[in-house]
Amino acid sequence: MSSVSGSPAFQAVEGDEEVIIGLEVHCQLDTKTKLFCGCSTDYRDDGPNTHVCPICLGLPGSLPAVNRKAVEFALKVAKALNCRVLEESEFSRKNYFYPDLNKGFQISQYDKPLAVEGWLRIEGDDGEKTVRITRVHMEEDPGRLVHKGGADRPKYTLVDYNRAGIPLIEMVTEPDIRSPKEARRFLNKLRATLEYLGVFDSEKEGSLRVDANISIQPRGWFEAHGKGMEGRGRTEVKNISSYKGVEKALTFEITRQKNLIRRGQRLETATRHFVETRGVTTASRSKEMEQDYRYFPEPDLVPLRVSDWCERIVLPELPDARQNRFMDEYGCSYNHARTLTGDLRVAEFYEKVAAVDPRIAATWVADTLLGELNYRDMNIAKVSPSHFIELLQMLKEDVITDKSAVEVLRVILDQLAEGCQCEAPSSCVARLNLAKTADDGLDAVIEEVMREHPQAVEDFHNGRKEALNFLVGQVMRKTRGRVDPGDVNRRLREILPPGGT
Amino acid sequence: MISERDVLHIAELADIGITREELDEFTGQFNDILDYFDILDQVEAGAGAETGLYNVFRDDEVVPSLPPDEILGNAGETEDDFFRAPRVM
Amino acid sequence: MGIFAFSAPDPCNAFITRIPEAEYGDGKLAGVSIAVKDNISTKGIQTTCGSKILEGYVPPYDAHVVELLRAEGAAILGKTNMDEFGMGTTTENSAYGPTLNPADRERVPGGSSGGSAAAVASGMVRMALGTDTGGSIRCPAAFCGIVGMKPTYGRVSRYGLVAYANSLEQIGPMAANVPDISLLMGVLTCHDPRDSTSIIAPYTHTPDPDIHGLKVGVPEEYFGKGVDPRVASTVWEGISLLERLGAEIITCRMPSMDYALAAYYVTCMSEASSNLARFDGVRYGPPADPKKQWHESFQERRRDGFGKEVRRRVMLGTFALSSGYYGKYYAKAQSARRNVAADFSRLFSEVDVLAGPTMPTIAFRLGEKSDPLSMYLSDILTVPANLAGVPAISVPCGKVDGMPVGLQIMGRWCADERVIDVAYAFEEGVSA
Repeated sequence: MSSVSGSPAFQAVEGDEEVIIGLEVHCQLDTKTKLFCGCSTDYRDDGPNTHVCPICLGLPGSLPAVNRKAVEFALKVAKALNCRVLEESEFSRKNYFYPDLNKGFQISQYDKPLAVEGWLRIEGDDGEKTVRITRVHMEEDPGRLVHKGGADRPKYTLVDYNRAGIPLIEMVTEPDIRSPKEARRFLNKLRATLEYLGVFDSEKEGSLRVDANISIQPRGWFEAHGKGMEGRGRTEVKNISSYKGVEKALTFEITRQKNLIRRGQRLETATRHFVETRGVTTASRSKEMEQDYRYFPEPDLVPLRVSDWCERIVLPELPDARQNRFMDEYGCSYNHARTLTGDLRVAEFYEKVAAVDPRIAATWVADTLLGELNYRDMNIAKVSPSHFIELLQMLKEDVITDKSAVEVLRVILDQLAEGCQCEAPSSCVARLNLAKTADDGLDAVIEEVMREHPQAVEDFHNGRKEALNFLVGQVMRKTRGRVDPGDVNRRLREILPPGGT
Repeated sequence: MISERDVLHIAELADIGITREELDEFTGQFNDILDYFDILDQVEAGAGAETGLYNVFRDDEVVPSLPPDEILGNAGETEDDFFRAPRVM
Repeated sequence: MGIFAFSAPDPCNAFITRIPEAEYGDGKLAGVSIAVKDNISTKGIQTTCGSKILEGYVPPYDAHVVELLRAEGAAILGKTNMDEFGMGTTTENSAYGPTLNPADRERVPGGSSGGSAAAVASGMVRMALGTDTGGSIRCPAAFCGIVGMKPTYGRVSRYGLVAYANSLEQIGPMAANVPDISLLMGVLTCHDPRDSTSIIAPYTHTPDPDIHGLKVGVPEEYFGKGVDPRVASTVWEGISLLERLGAEIITCRMPSMDYALAAYYVTCMSEASSNLARFDGVRYGPPADPKKQWHESFQERRRDGFGKEVRRRVMLGTFALSSGYYGKYYAKAQSARRNVAADFSRLFSEVDVLAGPTMPTIAFRLGEKSDPLSMYLSDILTVPANLAGVPAISVPCGKVDGMPVGLQIMGRWCADERVIDVAYAFEEGVSA
């Protein structure tokens, strides 16, 4: 076993080094049609090459025409990321030869991007911090390739152009991120922001792709020298396509770079690919570094002058604003408010159920429900708010105990996870006989337990406190959790003969 | 002066094959043509020409895609409705 | 409604693809025989651009202009020969053999729309569509003795025109006389939202031969070095005719002509290097060798599929856009272009149209222009209109050595109507 595995996941570089990370994030904009043609973007359930036309197939003579909605969505993103929208921006051709490109070039933006100089607040390793956004631009997604004939020795390539032309927004950060965890938090915040804007659906497979630039430099080096300086050499990790993958890829890369540095080896600036299934990064051909994309303005499109338009756009409530509102309006704690607003679907779910009792609802959504969902890898969209309201109602009215409520929730989620119709919480409570036992019934159980365990009663009498816990446990067991442990404790103290010391 | 090596490099960059005889021929011709282009050195750098058009957009409305036989009909090699291309690695 | 039986012989090799029985309908062009240059997409009819790399490619869609022709009842008789992807001035650079000049089959018809010009000049069709990137309509019109017009950039949709140099080229009409040009302009100039550079400026004009008081500018550069003196004097005679018809002739200067041709070639080669990257054999055209690696098969395919002139231009364009050279070539060419446009604006504040020869010489003998640069130089008089996006027409203006000479008339941006009026006045004046 190597020395790396077994050691805890790498978080921060000890001593006098620091990790410098910058991200390039590509998200598919959730428009109805592609960026430059009227083909539907809803291709995921259909066969290959079913959503293509002369334009996204790059047939000779076809011309691109810009989707207004895609520009509007991109402007919303730029505004939400506090960017400056350029007075005039334009599309450019990025020329390279690859079969996933329908035209031998990709229509992107180069020296006149849509917007520049923004920022996003995230929770950093040492409290709140600002990650600066260098630029935001639009481009078209390439097609999808399937390599046939074995991963190591492919024989040929299959190409599906359904994805070709889907609008992408690329967001580039300054190298302001200092750990894989911060990178993950940045992405979560970005995802939440885009979803609040209604321009992005993170549930769609492949809707997010990330390239990460990462290097390890002597502490303070970056502040002193800044961007553009090579320092110790950096790696661009490409092909990361999940939120968890980002943290994994960066953690792997930090370990790899540290090992190189420790062995005194020179770290070449290079491009590496993240292999999600193996959780490792692998070296790419050096040719990619020499790529000369020969950008020039796309002559088939005219410039954009959209800064006025951007000013007129009214943004919806974004995660930070909603977090503050949850604290003010519902009295949520800071942590609950942050958790509840970190995902649009969770925030909306919470607002639907909060009326029962905002505080109980906050605890039960943020702590209990999200935990149980996470355990099952389930989406909150599957949970019916009205069922959850019923459950909260029973809790509030003291019909069931916390423990029973958790049990009901688990039963219901398991039913949903198996794709079944779930039962209503009230019928689940009735079926499992989970309603709280009345107090008179409790005394009978306590007496029964005392009869069965005279030794424990004796021990308690002799001053052994843990005997009480044992008796509470026995009562809970007999009532199958339908009573409140606090009540049992109080009642036992009243009934039991007073202790000695 | 453009050398044969330069021409080979450009061919590589353009991903275009040339033959041995063409290399010699192209090298001479490229030198003549690029010499002629040097006349642009006298032009002052500045903004390019404008068409006067900007913000030309299309509405986000779905237009039917091509029927399948027309999509794959011109392709030399297909497999299960995919286009087939040479291996990239 | 009917069928046009097309059986005329084609001794000049004007056509790549012929439609022996062409359907036609009702409309402004009902039953009018029209040939379409082979770089314009025609649904169900092979479209090769004169290249081997597109042999057998049958587009699943019609270009905007072809939709318009069909809607007005035209009988499309076939696809005409051309220099491969429009890259040439002679129609010799075609994978389907050269087109010959109907006026003298030892000579070239000009290019790149040489097939369209020859088809009209030999009477095989009444009208034809050409495309003009740097003179490709006007040059063959001049060499073959017909009328050819490059409209204002944006007036005719490029949707379906296989791109060679997007920012320069326009589809335009070619015909035996100006009224036919005008008729075709009325059909072709229809705004198309699929072409973002398309402008809303429909042509609804009827040619008016009255040019009294018209100011005609004649740039000295159009009679400068490289212009055959016999062509120069023939064209001057034509310009004097305009004067006799009531126009005022004003000589002027166009200093940007010094570098206009260089700016043109840098621009069209750069754009072409990108436009022609899509012919990889995956989606259409003869397939690449599936046993080879991608880049290897791509390089081979382009070596075998493209002619020499195409590869020369693609390589030079790649170079002009490459890192370290973009500023020297492409960026400078765009600045130069701005200067050309500025020259036109200045001149058009003083005169209504500009006139001069279309081509510096008469049609070359086949094989005469073997050196690429000397071939490029012959485009010197036509490229300025493309660089500035202004309309320009070539009308027959006498002969030299029995070969036709063209008078070129250029107008203000979007003043295609005025250009057509002047050409019509001239045509009427000549026949009077």
